[in-house]
Amino acid sequence: MTHPSDTGPAPVLALKGVSKSFGAVRALRDVSLELFPGEVHALAGENGAGKSTLIKTLAGVHRPDTGQVLLDGAPVAFPGPGDARDAGIAVIYQEPTLFPDLSIAENIFMGRRPRRGLGRIDHRATRAATTALMRRLGVGLDPDRPARGLSIADQQIVEIAKALSFDARVLIMDEPTAALTGTEVARLFGVVRTLRDQGAAVLFISHRLEEIFELCTRVTTLRDGTRIASEPLAGLTEDDLVRRMVGRDLDELYPKQEVRPGEVALSVRRLTREGVFTDVSFEVRRGEIVGLAGLVGAGRTEVARAVFGVDRWDAGEVEVDGRPLTNGAPSTAMAAGLALVPEDRRAQGLVMNMSIERNIGLTGLGSTVRGGLMDRGAERSRSLDWAVRLQVKYARIADTVNTLSGGNQQKVVLAKWLATGPKVLIVDEPTRGIDVGTKAEVHRLLSRLAADGVAVLMISSDLPEILGMADRVLVMHEGRLTAEIPRPDATEETVMAAATGRAAA
Amino acid sequence: MRELAILLVFLVMIGVTQAGNSAFLSQQGIKDLLLNATILVLVATGQALVVITRNVDLSVGSTLGITAFAAGIHLQGGGHPVAGVALAVLLGIGFGLLNGLLVSLGQVPALVVTLGTLYIIRGIDSIWVGSRQITAADLPGGFVDFGSGGISAVPHLALIALAVLVATAYYLKHYGSGRELYALGSNPEAARLAGIPVRRRILAAYTFCGALTGLAGALYLARFGNVDSGTGSGYELTVVSAVVVGGVVFTGGSGSVYGAALGALLLTSVNSVLPALGVSSVWVLAINGVLLILAIAVDRIVALRVASALKKRNARHA
Repeated sequence: MTHPSDTGPAPVLALKGVSKSFGAVRALRDVSLELFPGEVHALAGENGAGKSTLIKTLAGVHRPDTGQVLLDGAPVAFPGPGDARDAGIAVIYQEPTLFPDLSIAENIFMGRRPRRGLGRIDHRATRAATTALMRRLGVGLDPDRPARGLSIADQQIVEIAKALSFDARVLIMDEPTAALTGTEVARLFGVVRTLRDQGAAVLFISHRLEEIFELCTRVTTLRDGTRIASEPLAGLTEDDLVRRMVGRDLDELYPKQEVRPGEVALSVRRLTREGVFTDVSFEVRRGEIVGLAGLVGAGRTEVARAVFGVDRWDAGEVEVDGRPLTNGAPSTAMAAGLALVPEDRRAQGLVMNMSIERNIGLTGLGSTVRGGLMDRGAERSRSLDWAVRLQVKYARIADTVNTLSGGNQQKVVLAKWLATGPKVLIVDEPTRGIDVGTKAEVHRLLSRLAADGVAVLMISSDLPEILGMADRVLVMHEGRLTAEIPRPDATEETVMAAATGRAAA
Repeated sequence: MRELAILLVFLVMIGVTQAGNSAFLSQQGIKDLLLNATILVLVATGQALVVITRNVDLSVGSTLGITAFAAGIHLQGGGHPVAGVALAVLLGIGFGLLNGLLVSLGQVPALVVTLGTLYIIRGIDSIWVGSRQITAADLPGGFVDFGSGGISAVPHLALIALAVLVATAYYLKHYGSGRELYALGSNPEAARLAGIPVRRRILAAYTFCGALTGLAGALYLARFGNVDSGTGSGYELTVVSAVVVGGVVFTGGSGSVYGAALGALLLTSVNSVLPALGVSSVWVLAINGVLLILAIAVDRIVALRVASALKKRNARHA
C-alpha cells in the first residue's frame, strides 16, 4: 500500500484488518484504509462489494468482528453512531435523513441545542448558529423553514451543515451526487473543497468515475469485501479503475449498436400541462434511442408520466403507431404497447415486500388470469423466463425484491415491462444508483431492444450516459423543449447550454 | 393555523347556540361546558404526546375506568383525597409503563399492543369491580364539592387541566427531550441515527399518557361520583377523535397539545350544544364523526397544496 507521504500528517481515521460478517455473508474481509486530513479519498466498488458496511463500521453503526478502528492512531470502539459523531466522524448518506416536520435549524441541532436557564432550549441562538452555518456554506436557506419539500440537493446541504455543526473532522459522503444534476454537483464539490482546505478528511463514494477523478486524490477499491488497492488517482485511467472494481476487462460502458431507425412509433404533439410543461413535441422512431436531458425540475419526468397517462395533460396529443391515446389512461397506453420504467424504482416501480416472481408478473395479469383465478404456473414460468434473460441475480424467485441490490431491482422493473413486449419503452433514470457492471448490462439491453425495433425514450441526468447511448438528444429547460441535437453534434457543451437555457431554442 | 381554525369553529358554534337559546351561556352553563371538557382535555393531552411519536394508546378508556375505581375504593374506605388522586396517577403510570415497554421493546405496532392492553385492563377492572358501584354518597363531601365547585364560572378541575396543559405545551416547545418526541414521529429512522434514545422517549410518552389518564380518572370520580365496571368504555375513540380533530396527525411529528385540547373542547361542547338547541342527543355521535372526517380531509388538502407549492418553488430555483 502506498502512503501519500511518510513524513506527512498522521491518518485521522483508519481501519486495520477489519472483518465483518452478517450470518453467512462475509461483508468485509481484512480491510485496511487510511484517511488523512486535507484530502478527498475515493471509495470505489460495485454494489455488494462492501462499501456500505465499511461506511457503517467507520460511522459506529457496526462493530468489526476482527481488526480495529483507529482514531488519531488510537483504537476506538463506538457504542453507537452518536458516539462516532461526537468524535468528529460524520456521514452524509445517499438518502438524506431529515425530519420533514421540523425546521432546518431543529434538524441541524437536534439533541444538541444551545441552552439557557433551567435547561430550556435557546431558540434564538439556535437560529443564529444555523444562519452562520448557511453563510459558511454559501447557501441561503431559511432556518425556520420545515425540511419537508426541500430538494435533494438542499437536503444534502442541510446534512453537511449538520456535520459541520459537530465540528466533523471526517466527512464520509455516500453517493451524494446520485440525485443531483450538473450545477448542483458543482456547488457540492465547491463545498467539499472548502471543507478539505479547512483540514477535513473526506471519504467520497460515487459510481460516476469522472467525479472520482475530478474531486479526489486517492482511491481505495473494494471487490467482494476485500481491498484490492489503495493508490493515488494520478496515473490511473478509468479503465484501470473499472478493471480493479470488476476484476475483468469490461467492454464498453456504452455499447451502442448502429441501427437504422424505422417508422415513427411514438408521436407527441404540443403537449401541455399547466404550470409544468408547455408545447412539447417530439417523435421516437422504431430502433431509435432518444435521450431526454435537462436539469432537475425541467419537467422531463412529468412529460413521461403524461405520455403514459399517469397524469392528465391539458392540451396536445399523443399517438402510438398513428393511433391517439386517451388522456390520463395508463391502461390504453399499455394496450397500445407503451411501457414506463419510473424514476423511483422503490416507490413506483416495485412492490418492495412482494416476491420477484409476482413483481414481474404484475404486468401479465391479463394473460395469467383465467376465469378470475391466477394461473401460478404460468406466472412463474413467465417471470422465470424474463429474470433469466436479464440475468437478475437472486437466490430464489420467491424472495422479496427488497433483498436485491439496486441494480438487480432495476432489472426486475425492466423485466416486468419487457415481458409485455412493448413497442415504445420509456426509461426514467435507468441506471441511477447502480454499479458499473450492471450499468453496462442495462445499456447493452437497451441497445439490443432498439436493434430489435423497440422505440426507446431515455430520460437521464447522467450526461455521459446520454451522450454515449442516444441517437438524438432532446433537451428540456423549465418545461419547454429547447433543443433537438443529433448524435454527431451532441457534446457536453451543446447539451448543457440548452439545458440551462443559454442556447437559442 | 389549525388551532385558530378550531377555536373559530368553537366560538361560532357557541355563538349560534347562544343566539338560539339565551340561557345557554349562564354561569352554570359555562361551568358545565368546561367541566365536561376537562376530563377529555386531560386524556387528549396525554394521548397527543403518544400520537406525536407516531404511536397510539387505545387503552386509555380502560385505564380511566380502573383508576377512577381505585381512587373511589380508597376514598370509600376513608382515605385522604390527595392520596386517592396519587393512587390513581400511580396506577395510570404503571399501565403506561406496561404499554411503553411492550411498544418500545416488542417491536409490535402500537395499535395492536394497546388494543390488547385495552382488553386486559378492562378485564382486570371488571373482575375487580364485579357488580359493585361507587356513588357520590360513598365519597367524602369535600371531595365531591371540590369536583363540582369552582371560582365563579371556572371550575377547579378545569384549572387543574389548564395547568397541566400549559406545562406540557411549554415542555414540548422548550425542552430538548420534548422536541425529540416530534423528531421520533417525523422520521423514526433518522431519530435513531441521530442518537435519540428512542426506547426511552417512547416509554416516557406512554408513561406520561398513563399518568394523565390516571389523573383524569381521579377527576372523573370527583366530577361524576359514579364509577362501575363499564366506566370509560369506548372513551378511547372519543380521545382519538379529539386529537385528530385538533390537528395531531397520525403520521406523527406535528401538531400541538393546544390543538388536541381545543379538539377535546370542541367535541365535548357538541354534547352541550345540541340539547340547548333542542336537537336530540343521538346526533352527537354522527356529528363527531363528521368533524373527524372533515379534519382529516382538511389535513390532506392542505398537505397536497403545500407539497405542490413547494415543488413549484424548488423547480423555479433549480
